[in-house]
Amino acid sequence: MPTLEPGAKVRVRLDWPEARGPAHIRTPHYVRGREGTLVRSLGEFRNPEDLAFARPAPVLPLYHVLFSAKDLWPDTRPEHDVLVELYGSWLEAL
Amino acid sequence: MKWEQYPEERVFAALRSVLSAKGLVTDAEIFETIAVTERASPEQGARMVAKAWVDPDYRALLLRDGTRAAELLNITMRGAPPLGVAENTPDVHHLVVCTLCSCYPRAVLGYPPFWYKSVAYRARAVRDPRGVLAEWGTVLPESTRIRVVDSTADYRWMVLPLRPANTEGWSEERLAKLVRATDMIGVTVPKVP
Repeated sequence: MPTLEPGAKVRVRLDWPEARGPAHIRTPHYVRGREGTLVRSLGEFRNPEDLAFARPAPVLPLYHVLFSAKDLWPDTRPEHDVLVELYGSWLEAL
Repeated sequence: MKWEQYPEERVFAALRSVLSAKGLVTDAEIFETIAVTERASPEQGARMVAKAWVDPDYRALLLRDGTRAAELLNITMRGAPPLGVAENTPDVHHLVVCTLCSCYPRAVLGYPPFWYKSVAYRARAVRDPRGVLAEWGTVLPESTRIRVVDSTADYRWMVLPLRPANTEGWSEERLAKLVRATDMIGVTVPKVP
């Protein structure tokens, strides 16, 4: 998992773990596969996807990632932004 | 007799005694948590906002470390998720939502309002924030960019609203009375009545 710095362009993994079985996911469906800009690091937290099932939970970096609404929903008028907390395990550096 | 037929105080006392006997949690801890929960209300967040409006150093701390800023005003944050604060400016207006469930900064705003947890608010806030704001009677200049904060993970978020005009010289206490939970979620902005 790469360490990401503020200003980095990132893509959210296009993945649907809930299609493979029971899952607890804090990555909203509307950002998966979409590109945004990392604006700040929020520290490190234990992976909620494991905590929810009482499994050993590794610590993950948590980031604030900013998306333009037009990159999420092309028909958005007028334009706005959406700021989302995402774990490093869901992000790919562009 | 089934347990549902006992008075709730007896059920609560029985549960406490079992938890205590198992060494999981003491009576004192339970009653302290109840007291902390009952103290949590939008008045706490409003005190933080008002102080940030009059004290630049506090404002800087609030934006850097919301949890510490709350504790400085004797708000109990132990056990609460970290608090982040999004600062409104003339150029950027923040609107907080939790599209996944109903994450809310309870320690400083109390219980979330019913509509905050509704599927309609959660779906529409991210897609059409200006439309949602208009229904609250909140119309912002077109030049103000709306930034929706989707509270998806370990932080809880509140908005630091813009201080209303014509409040020069007001005390913190008087300013705090202007600030409502909806202002700190971002569906409304504080106004002088």
